[in-house]
Amino acid sequence: MAEAIAFYTLAAFILGFAVLVVTTKNTVHSVLFLVLDFLFVAALYVLLEAPFLAAIQVLVYAGGIVVLYLFVVMLVNLKRPPEAHEDPRRLTKIGFGLSVAVLAELAAIAAYSASIPASPAIAPAAVLPVSGNTEEVGWLLYTSYLIPFEIASMLLLVAMIGAILLAKREL
Amino acid sequence: MITPTHYMLLSAALFMIGVIGVMVRRNIIIIFMSIELILNAVNINLVAYSSQLQNAIGQVFAIFVIAVAAAEAAVGLGIILAFYRNKETVNIDEMNVMRW
Repeated sequence: MAEAIAFYTLAAFILGFAVLVVTTKNTVHSVLFLVLDFLFVAALYVLLEAPFLAAIQVLVYAGGIVVLYLFVVMLVNLKRPPEAHEDPRRLTKIGFGLSVAVLAELAAIAAYSASIPASPAIAPAAVLPVSGNTEEVGWLLYTSYLIPFEIASMLLLVAMIGAILLAKREL
Repeated sequence: MITPTHYMLLSAALFMIGVIGVMVRRNIIIIFMSIELILNAVNINLVAYSSQLQNAIGQVFAIFVIAVAAAEAAVGLGIILAFYRNKETVNIDEMNVMRW
């Protein structure tokens, strides 16, 4: 019961702020609504028994990526918003209609898959000699998924070099 | 009783809001933020099923998605800055040449 109340409240806030991110004219307001959205998604992760991922979400998304966006919004200080002149070649209403159709199709698939009986039991995960969620995630990251972990670190290094190179004034 | 289907519907709705943002808005910064919404929707789905199957692999995948999203945001914003320096616009309808 408490879980249902928490889920519906968080879902309402997440979707509400997401709609505000997409529809606000002022770019800075949009970025701030995105921060709130990320924080509510982190609360949803806590509800889903993933506290480590919630902390990572707050640190990386709300604390890193949003600061990047705010810096770019500051450096790209526009006098007039880009939506001042509507491009007549855009088919905005058809885009809305198609998105609603895809959402209805996804909802139908989800409802159908919820109604069929449960599949045979999946093999349970190996019992790891750990206690707590963070140790469990760490155990998996450092033993079974070490190679993707190292590749992700290389990806971040390459992205850092690329971003510095792209934003320099003169090479 | 909140089943993973509820989380999947929430993830689908958030995904579609992100897709609408990418298609409808013309400010490229807003488009990048809508892509972040899409990635968050995928993460919600992964963590919901990880919680149901009691296997932390979904959370490990979500960590990789977050890492890739951070890298993509950094490089994408670098591209936006480089483009803005040459052509004073962030309207994607005007970003239609690769070189001038």
